Amino acid sequence: MSELNSALEHPTYNYKVVRQFAIMTVVWGIVGMLVGVIIAAQLAWPQLNPGLEWLHFGRLRPLHTNAVIFAFGGCALFATSYYIVQRTTQARLISDKLAAFTFWGWQAVIVSAAITLPLGLTSSKEYAELEWPIDILITIVWVSYAVVFFGTLVKRKVKHIYVANWFLGSFIIAVAILHLLNSAAIPVSAFKSYSVYAGTVDAMVQWWYGHNAVGFFLTAGFLGMMYYFVPKQAERPVYSYRLSIVHFWALVAVYIWAGPHHLHYTALPDWAQSLGMVMSLILLAPSWGGMINGMMTLSGAWHKLRTDPILRFLVVSLSFYGMSTFEGPMMSIKTVNALSHYTDWTIGHVHSGALGWVAMISIGSLYHLFPILFGRERMYSTDLINVHFWMSTIGTVLYIAALWVNGIMQGLMWRAYNQDGTLTYNFVESVAASYPGYVVRVLGGTIFFAGMLVMAYNVYMTARKDVEAQPAPAAASAA
Amino acid sequence: MTSFWSMWVIVLTAITIILVTWVLFANRTQDQNTEGNTTGHVYDGIEEYNNPLPAWWFMMFVITIIFAIGYLIVYPGMGNYPGVLGWTQIDQHDREVAAADAKFRDMRDRYLALPVEEIATDPAVRKMGMRMFSNNCAQCHGSDAKGAYGFPNLTDDDWLYGGTPEAIKATLINGRMAAMPAWGSILGDQGITETTAYVQSLSGRDVDDGMAKAGEKHYQTYCAACHGADGKGNHALGAPNLANGIWLYGGSTEQISHTLRAGRNGVMPAFNDTLSEDKIHILTAYVYGLTQ
Repeated sequence: MSELNSALEHPTYNYKVVRQFAIMTVVWGIVGMLVGVIIAAQLAWPQLNPGLEWLHFGRLRPLHTNAVIFAFGGCALFATSYYIVQRTTQARLISDKLAAFTFWGWQAVIVSAAITLPLGLTSSKEYAELEWPIDILITIVWVSYAVVFFGTLVKRKVKHIYVANWFLGSFIIAVAILHLLNSAAIPVSAFKSYSVYAGTVDAMVQWWYGHNAVGFFLTAGFLGMMYYFVPKQAERPVYSYRLSIVHFWALVAVYIWAGPHHLHYTALPDWAQSLGMVMSLILLAPSWGGMINGMMTLSGAWHKLRTDPILRFLVVSLSFYGMSTFEGPMMSIKTVNALSHYTDWTIGHVHSGALGWVAMISIGSLYHLFPILFGRERMYSTDLINVHFWMSTIGTVLYIAALWVNGIMQGLMWRAYNQDGTLTYNFVESVAASYPGYVVRVLGGTIFFAGMLVMAYNVYMTARKDVEAQPAPAAASAA
Repeated sequence: MTSFWSMWVIVLTAITIILVTWVLFANRTQDQNTEGNTTGHVYDGIEEYNNPLPAWWFMMFVITIIFAIGYLIVYPGMGNYPGVLGWTQIDQHDREVAAADAKFRDMRDRYLALPVEEIATDPAVRKMGMRMFSNNCAQCHGSDAKGAYGFPNLTDDDWLYGGTPEAIKATLINGRMAAMPAWGSILGDQGITETTAYVQSLSGRDVDDGMAKAGEKHYQTYCAACHGADGKGNHALGAPNLANGIWLYGGSTEQISHTLRAGRNGVMPAFNDTLSEDKIHILTAYVYGLTQ
């Protein structure tokens, strides 16, 4: 017992805040994905929209997106970035108190979101729905986060800064700028404000923010996670330092331009649409640079995939990352976008990134982290990690395949016309035709969500002091 | 865009593309000796190889940059520079609409030349009209055109603004703004109850005679101007017939009282900006034909 307890508190590093954020990642993952399953079911079976306005799709949908992006994804990024920055600089976080403040502050933001969004309090900006008092709290927490992270980097005990920290640093800076500029608003009461921007400018600022929430929060941040946990779990050197230089600078320079591709064929001026499109195309290679560097790090270690489900999570997440970062530039091409825009294809694309990349890289990293944070040799059950891996993979594939089919079908139905020039289908016919896809989406989402419950059980059993880890599988010990 | 902002866009775009290209080429090395060697950095046990950039990846990167530059020469993008083709999305839209018109206009113009009554039963017109109806009208009036609470049924012979081809077409072109004033403050609770009783008696419902009698006085003072002395309504004003048992906002005592107390504002949108004259003609024939 005493031996384990001493392992819980690392002499040099602050693991407490990492552990807190790691546990809340699992909790918020379960909450956010459960809300996702509920709203997916509401789309398939509208009767599930009860008479209560707080549980209506329109109120729950922003709750789902905020919970999975900022609660689940945010806690995963806080946990891993605090861990990575300490381990790779050999320095303890500069302030335990400030780090604790970021934990409690971020949880306060999440709880405020969970209360205000079902009440219908919203700025109506997608992924930035929270009203101005919460926006101010986010700003304070985020600045504290930056102070802790960069302060720790400054007092590092190694000469160079590891590539994971480049990505994490760029994510923290970019998100601060995006949040401040997009959320600029004039309050009219404690719970209502209006954007300082108007019309097309407002739309452009919104999607400059929206796409870079994807680019910096959900890509750069998680690439930072990837650059630590993939080489660590594979026990192999990173494939190419120079590749990481090129793709890092290209990624951060070009991502910031890509927002206008959300506004193709709208009131946005032609020049802005064109720039958004070509920059999105240039983005393909920098995005794939991260995938290559992660995948090729495994050369010489591929056999480990046979026995290590954590490595499977990491590698499959890189595959989904590569797939969705190919799909994104393709969908930004105006001709393709004319078909895909406003259809379920977009939602499928987001989820191949969100489930396949963001969630799976986080889950793999957390399985690496939890035993360390709880002072254990390994997770309670490697078999259950493997079960979770397959549930996540099958759930993601069902989800995105269903919405590819739905999205392309909707796009084709909306543009089909008869020999007399009239439209072949009206809108509601395309909704009715989408029903089977919506049911498959509920199924895929439910499987992915159930996998999170398996994880929670495994984490709980790992944390319990009175339970020994199950023996490692025979195959693993043979290898 | 002023020329300052145009230059701003051009310069920033050029700097970004040039810098990205420079980073790419600056890190391209033919020196194969670096392959398999680490940089010497170690972070928490993690080492880094310094392998050359994969050739196929390098080529892919270069191709996307070349495509981007080519696209920005051909299409608008660099500030106010319009691109070699002079393409705009408005032009593209206008060209596609013109092409569709060229293809279908003749056929529709033939129908435009014929009176609504004559084409209302034509199977081709009904088919086209049905598709137009389902995309433009069904959202409110229902795909069976039988209406809903607050939205008139178009398949019966009760018309708010008249059911002649001319009246239907006028409704489609200009829309309609119905205004039933609110009488709550003028009639008071007692007056509303009495008037409700009288309005219900117009369609032969069983009501308290005393109440109806009192209500008739209010009716003749305030309501008859639009709905007529006999309650049969007035197409010119869009005032509904109150004597035929058809209720746009419900015929229960509570619903009629509410209509009287708070008023109603029905809106039919104007379609003259959305649909061309020939399409409105066909849609008129379709709606007219629903009751023929």
